Amino acid sequence: MTRNLFDRAPDDQYRILDTDGRVVDGASVPDLSDEEFVELYEYMKLARHFDQRAVSLQRQGRMGTYPPLSGQEGAQVGSALALRDEDWLIPSYREHAAALVHGQPLKDTLLYWMGNEAGSEIPEDVNVFTPAVPIASQIPHATGLAWAAKLKGDDAAFLGYFGDGATSEGDFHEGLNFAGVFNTPNVFFCNNNQWAISVPRERQTAAKTIAQKATAYGFEGIQIDGMDPLAVYKATTEALEKARNPQEGEMRPTLIEAVQYRFGAHTTADDPTVYREEGEVEEWKAKDPIPRLEKFLRNTGRLDDERVADIETAVEERVADAIADAESEPRPEPSEIFDNVYAEKPPRLQEQEEWFEQVREKYGDDAMLED
Amino acid sequence: MSDTQNLTLVQAVRDGLRGELARDDDVVVMGEDVGKNGGVFRATDDLYEEFGDDRVIDTPLAESGIIGTAVGMAAYGMKPVPEMQFSGFMYPAFDQIVSHVARLRNRSRGRYSVPMTIRAPYGGGIRAPEHHSESKEAFYTHEAGLKVVIPSTPYDTKGLLASAIRDPDPVVFLEPKKIYRSFRQEVPDETYTVPIGEAAVRREGADISVFCWGAMTRPTLEAAENLEGEIDVEVVDLRTMSPMDTETVVESFKKTGRAAVVHEAPQTAGLGAEIAATIQEEALLHQEAPVKRITGFDTPFPLYALEDYYLPEPARITEGIREAVEF
Ligand SMILES: Cc1ncc(C[n+]2csc(CCOP(=O)(O)OP(=O)(O)O)c2C)c(N)n1
Repeated sequence: MTRNLFDRAPDDQYRILDTDGRVVDGASVPDLSDEEFVELYEYMKLARHFDQRAVSLQRQGRMGTYPPLSGQEGAQVGSALALRDEDWLIPSYREHAAALVHGQPLKDTLLYWMGNEAGSEIPEDVNVFTPAVPIASQIPHATGLAWAAKLKGDDAAFLGYFGDGATSEGDFHEGLNFAGVFNTPNVFFCNNNQWAISVPRERQTAAKTIAQKATAYGFEGIQIDGMDPLAVYKATTEALEKARNPQEGEMRPTLIEAVQYRFGAHTTADDPTVYREEGEVEEWKAKDPIPRLEKFLRNTGRLDDERVADIETAVEERVADAIADAESEPRPEPSEIFDNVYAEKPPRLQEQEEWFEQVREKYGDDAMLED
Repeated sequence: MSDTQNLTLVQAVRDGLRGELARDDDVVVMGEDVGKNGGVFRATDDLYEEFGDDRVIDTPLAESGIIGTAVGMAAYGMKPVPEMQFSGFMYPAFDQIVSHVARLRNRSRGRYSVPMTIRAPYGGGIRAPEHHSESKEAFYTHEAGLKVVIPSTPYDTKGLLASAIRDPDPVVFLEPKKIYRSFRQEVPDETYTVPIGEAAVRREGADISVFCWGAMTRPTLEAAENLEGEIDVEVVDLRTMSPMDTETVVESFKKTGRAAVVHEAPQTAGLGAEIAATIQEEALLHQEAPVKRITGFDTPFPLYALEDYYLPEPARITEGIREAVEF
């Protein structure tokens, strides 16, 4: 296999589908079965619907602050589908769709954003790391996980996500620098959605691209159209393959800058109208990854009205079930505050818990809860 | 008589910043989203329009970069007021804060100093996601060279912030975000200062002294009211953690002979321990009972479904005070 994909200038954006879903000149579509192409589409539809429902739950007071992903489905699903089960996914706090593709139950994602610790329990056989809220802090973890796998002789690859804002943090530099020095099997996937809350990409770096930063760490960087799910899939697949099986003289790590946009607010606590123009949102909506892939699939005979309708129904049911499941989960017991702090609860903590339970019994639960 | 405005605590922050930006050209406000967006809590709303982007500066997302460059700016004669978006995200800058902000004066034998005011919203109670609710005032109080201020009223907020910005030494100014908008108070339009290092007795009482600060002041006062007729509670709001007003603490304790400390930070090595030790050292012979600590637990701050249980509220405070008195 040749890997000329990464043999391009960092600002030569890699793309397979144009915004009308046509294959651009000279590009070849990834080697997927018809079913796999449709699966990619299904996951993206699921992610979009999930996201819309989550925002609505927050508005209804049924969920806490939530970070929406609409616009980023192509980047999240396209990249996560490139993983093998034994590979690892290291998310920030916005990769609900990517985590879902790699096996994280939707219900858990809902519970986590509903403030319930039960949602933090990742199934044993799912290689998804705990989401990281402190910006960029997961990047060195991704390097460390990959480094450990290399030292242990495992051939898993590690796909870690972060935003454009994260590239300003020291942790980004340190994580990528270690990856270069120890030649670890990492793919660093930057969801460059143009904004870190209100601060635009141009205020994060004077560099022309984020992809070019890879040069400083001694490995390859590539800028891709993050709203083209096929380009995302292809680039991530090749980067993961390189991480696992580098050819002679090749470095394992890759930095992928996926250029994209989040259509909604940074989180449900944010009001983007304060800092960005509506026209900008409209421009990016024209690049929406979902209709783009849909057109391609319809044009190539892989999808028709009936199949689309079936997918929509299935997606709605799946999300509704997950919400019903999450909402029927019992309210967590206060004792959970004291669990999983240490492998074994120290006596002082035990005493704190006992005193708390005494007060709770004496004064009643209502007295302890804010109305 | 000067005019006043009825402000919330977060509006008093903005009013205080505006006053100092207008008063002194060397003052700059800097941080993530403080400019165009007016801060995620709107604490810097409109200041960017009023003072321009050389005075109210949106920086890259890099706490160590923000504080580290502010060290250089301060050493060069400016008065930076960096905002850390949440105190839970201050740790990337912790190295700069403890290695340089706190001790540049000492390390340079007085040649350089760091007159900066690091503002950060802190504490729980607003149903925020992970890492947004911690109370780590003890970290900064433990560090020599820093002053640490935590206001509990809009009036104090404006006056203490002015003192902090004018202070020749670095100040960590922690803003209790749970009470950012929960009540209002008349605040003078003109600038004024409230001195750093002075506690305020919020309620006089004879039976027990309860020490608190920030968002814990109101539930503590509520508990004191619940106990009216049963126990006569004195409530002291420390306002400054460092340098601590130990004189007021000890005076109050000598009068009542009993004490409780209320804080939402974990108990172990929290400031409750510091206050209890100070009382022991300075007023042992007045002591009628052990000092009761009513605090957050020695656990990470939980996700929000359980945060009400984590935070000391009137029931826990009431019970703690009873236990201290009934000893
Ligand atoms: C260390 C740290 N500083 C500040 C924050 C507050 N914060 C949360 S998200 C965010 C912007 C992140 O932007 P980016 O990295 O581009 O990712 P995006 O949210 O756009 O996906 C900020 C400043 C944080 N979570 N962690």
